[in-house]
Amino acid sequence: MKILVAVKRVIDYNVQIRVKEDGTGVVTDNVKMSTNPPDDNAIEEAVKIKEAGKATEVVAVTVGEEKAQETVRKALAVGADRGIHVKVDGILEPLAVSKILQKIVDKEKPDLVFMGKQAIDDDCNQTGQMLSALLNWPQATFASKIDVKDNKLEVTREIDEGLETIEINVPAIVTCDLRLNEPRYASLPNIMKAKKKPIEEIAATDLGVDVSPRLEQIKVEEPPKRKAGIKVANVAELVQKLKNEAKVI
Amino acid sequence: MAVLLIAEHNNKELRPFTLNAATAASQIDSDLHAVIIGQNSADAAKQLSELPVIKKVLSVEGGHYENFTAENFAPVIVKLAENYSHIVCSANTFGKNLMPRIAAHLDTSQVSDIIKVISPDTFLRPIYAGNAFATIKSNDAKKCVTIRPTSFDPCESTGGSAPIEKVDPSEEFSNTKFIKREEIKSDRPELGTARIVVSGGRGMQSGDNFKLITEIADKLGAAIGASRAAVDAGYISNDHQVGQTGKVVVPDLYIAIGISGAIQHLAGMKESKVIVAINKDGEAPIFSVADYGLEADLFEAIPQFMEELNKLNTIQK
Repeated sequence: MKILVAVKRVIDYNVQIRVKEDGTGVVTDNVKMSTNPPDDNAIEEAVKIKEAGKATEVVAVTVGEEKAQETVRKALAVGADRGIHVKVDGILEPLAVSKILQKIVDKEKPDLVFMGKQAIDDDCNQTGQMLSALLNWPQATFASKIDVKDNKLEVTREIDEGLETIEINVPAIVTCDLRLNEPRYASLPNIMKAKKKPIEEIAATDLGVDVSPRLEQIKVEEPPKRKAGIKVANVAELVQKLKNEAKVI
Repeated sequence: MAVLLIAEHNNKELRPFTLNAATAASQIDSDLHAVIIGQNSADAAKQLSELPVIKKVLSVEGGHYENFTAENFAPVIVKLAENYSHIVCSANTFGKNLMPRIAAHLDTSQVSDIIKVISPDTFLRPIYAGNAFATIKSNDAKKCVTIRPTSFDPCESTGGSAPIEKVDPSEEFSNTKFIKREEIKSDRPELGTARIVVSGGRGMQSGDNFKLITEIADKLGAAIGASRAAVDAGYISNDHQVGQTGKVVVPDLYIAIGISGAIQHLAGMKESKVIVAINKDGEAPIFSVADYGLEADLFEAIPQFMEELNKLNTIQK
């Protein structure tokens, strides 16, 4: 079984983002970037499945500008076998990314495609579902547990009401929840080894996909600030304030 | 062209957030229809027809719709979409799973998780876990929009009498099989719709100590929430998680106990009307969003809080 894992480069989750003064977006210059957190879970799961002898190859793919390749290099350092970097500049909508990934799937013919359930920059939560629609494959979204059986996966999904278990036939798409596993850190020797692993570079324009945006971002602004509250001295004062001032209890 | 709302339900009745989604959809265009897809869902369809904002209900029945699988739902909605300008659904796990599958089939760039309808083609949505708001205009002919239910009030639930029209089911998608759903049953208000939420974090130190949270929640008629740290530590099940990867809540009163206030948690609760933080670390980020902060050891503060609540003659429920 061959697993393709899609990874995205985003502003690191520990960074407090800043909105640009001209309202065109958020500041990304000189800001720490890293792999989208649930994409790390997707790579980890694919590598674990390979280590368990149930997959033969793990291929990491990213779509984006020059520096996006760092995310593929990181995936190689934690166990992916080779990488693909589809080069394209500018903002890409999930629909465009899923069309590009569809071309990569046509070329690579993986049995499974894994990715994070959501990117923490645009918070769209669309790409996996869109890719499975384009391929007409089953989709197991928000996965917190994956059991690989012969040509099937049993997947536990995190849903609002609790947990749901589904069985999907391969080939299939899985989008991963943070709860799926604990991603490993890359060791120094593995980081060195990863430098020798191949990354194929493909220009998005060579794939014949129209990636022009359909959405216009009119402006980006700071959310309204909460006005500063007060500190109360003790519990009695707190309850009195809730009862008589805020009138919520 | 009219707007089509996808109803969320459990085959017996509508899920509450369908009413919030209906409000948002009716703000896009007052010519609003709703589709309900399920198995033996006639009662829920009738309930839908009684929402005054809905002008027509489309009902699709079939055994393969019983468990709301996106692979089965998408084709029937894609077919119906011919007659509609917008397809709208709640941005909870049901809608998040389903809508992009529809949007890709329609070759539409979806607008996810909107918090405001600015005009029929322009919407406000949070990005970066709510740390920025983006105004987005869609230039697609057909628009697929998911709405954040807590940002819209529920619509009126009675008084309407929209006609219910049957629609033929589509074929079954055979490569996905539903096995089971484990719903956590509770007598408490649902976390997403509760008037008061009491949440515990890593500061609770154990699952046993969450009993303290339960007592206060019982007293206030509140739902119980938790930070991701508390869920990951195994103190409480994941359906209680509030935050970017859990539920977004907007109660009248949110009480955060032993929660430091990581960005991911704040994204899920900072729109609450009144926020209380109880934490022994006076520098904890949670205090920056709290209307009332109490710097105290929670194991002393919670019993005192119960005592003070017991002294009150009445408590709003």
